[in-house]
Amino acid sequence: MRTALAEALLELGSKDPRIVALGADTSVSIKTNLFGDRYPERFFNVGIAEANMIGIAAGLALSGKVPFVSTYSAFVPGKCLDQIRNAIAYPRLDVKIVSSHGGLSVGPDGASHQTVEDLAAMRAVPNMQVIVPSDGPSTRALIVQASMTSGPFYFRLARPDVPTMHTATSDLRIGKATVLRAGKDVSLIACGLLVNEALEAAETLSTENISAEVIDSHTLKPLDSETILRSARKTGAIVTSEEHNIIGGLGGAVAETVTDSYPVPVARIGIRDTFGESGEHPELMKKYGLTSKEIIETARKLVRTR
Amino acid sequence: MEQTHLPVGMLLQKATSIRAHILEMVSEAKSGHPGGSLSAVEILVSLYFYKMRHDPKNPNWPDRDRFVLSKGHAAPVLYSTLAEAGYLPLDELKTLRKINSRLQGHPDRKVPGVEYAGGSLGIGLSAAIGMALAAKMDKRKNRVYALLGDGELDEGQVWEAAMAGAKFKLDNLTAIIDRNGIQQDGLTEQIMPKEPLAYKWKAFNWHVLEVDGFDFRQLIDALEKAENMRNRPTVIIAHTVKGKGVSFMEWDPAYHGKAPDKETVRKLLETMGR
Repeated sequence: MRTALAEALLELGSKDPRIVALGADTSVSIKTNLFGDRYPERFFNVGIAEANMIGIAAGLALSGKVPFVSTYSAFVPGKCLDQIRNAIAYPRLDVKIVSSHGGLSVGPDGASHQTVEDLAAMRAVPNMQVIVPSDGPSTRALIVQASMTSGPFYFRLARPDVPTMHTATSDLRIGKATVLRAGKDVSLIACGLLVNEALEAAETLSTENISAEVIDSHTLKPLDSETILRSARKTGAIVTSEEHNIIGGLGGAVAETVTDSYPVPVARIGIRDTFGESGEHPELMKKYGLTSKEIIETARKLVRTR
Repeated sequence: MEQTHLPVGMLLQKATSIRAHILEMVSEAKSGHPGGSLSAVEILVSLYFYKMRHDPKNPNWPDRDRFVLSKGHAAPVLYSTLAEAGYLPLDELKTLRKINSRLQGHPDRKVPGVEYAGGSLGIGLSAAIGMALAAKMDKRKNRVYALLGDGELDEGQVWEAAMAGAKFKLDNLTAIIDRNGIQQDGLTEQIMPKEPLAYKWKAFNWHVLEVDGFDFRQLIDALEKAENMRNRPTVIIAHTVKGKGVSFMEWDPAYHGKAPDKETVRKLLETMGR
């Protein structure tokens, strides 16, 4: 995903002189230094000063630039909610925040560097659009679209390499969830790395004659309520999964939507309101119940008790 | 048409009008921040009616100089100055802080001429740096001015921005500190000492000037010196008095965020000859 970010920025940089990038001493790690190498006059490394980075991005946007701001998601939004809400979201500026190493994906670094709350925080800020891509091609495509879509964005990327699910991205749209697999018994709605787990779960469930629909809900805000409600009407049961607190993330967004319009049982898979810890990322995903195994068990139970 | 420079005598008149507007609007609103608005009047007047290149008929002119009010609670002085310059009708000032008004309690970009929605302290200098960087990238000659409160200097982000302004050699950026010595809870030197303030900015590699913040000649002279400085941003420490112009407000921390009542203001305006 980091490579996809770097490629998207290089592509945008060559097409649009308004594109600028800012880093906070993590740009080598998340590869935005590649943009800086190509366009040194359009790249600003502000050091370990995230609040300042957001403020500078606001000023650049107020002067007609389209700034991409990138560091680890623990620090943006973690260290600068105030700057994001007041300097960027309130005036609805064209600042695109693309944070990497989201969720538990920094693994051994431990809870201080893991994010379980960033999506909830960003969803609740008015004007903010929130995106969690599931693989490299969708990351690249959605970032390119965001550069041409007005208003502020928060992208949360994962650190590890992920399998490609979106082999073709021409139909991918911000605000439009992608149905990756059609089904009729249960809707598996996921974002980020959990999309692949949901696909694996659907495959296993199919051997038990449970037909699962898999939806990549990459855009958490504005949520594609149309696709989600259409699926809910068809299957009558939803399992959401995400690498985030079960409070306020994708599960919260989906539950709010179906509660308002078409109440069906919604089971949320996510981190159960706790901080993470050190460990290899796959170990953590297993320990905190964020794998296809939990999706399968939850879906099975939901379908049987319906 | 671009705003023309006014002679000093007329700047004094503008300052008196703006002080009257501030008192009228906060008393009408029954809330707001008169103290830190009154201390900054001459600073804004010297910018909007002498130094800055701007055009009230064309607020989005790309080559305009930018003014960032980082101490956003001083919104009354900004709105009054913009109204005097012709960005909005003088009549509108009495809608400050009222429902459905453009004149929000802290500046909002809905108001023509408001460059930055300040309010949460400590962010404005960073935004001004972004604007100055954009001007350099675009090879424009416009300058960026940011007004900070002295209490605001407690915010760590100001010093993050100070480092960045020097790193990027932003000689098109001038920060002005309204050094009125008072913050909400009391005297700045008791709440969180700022001194030696000039040395701090020098240590951050800024070009530092100190002036009497009510003396137009000193203010204008400092703004010119800032413009002539190369490769370094300038900070002007403007020594002021909170509540300037109203005897019972001067030096009283209570008037940081308290509005005088209408009757008091009526009498005050009489003594100001209005």
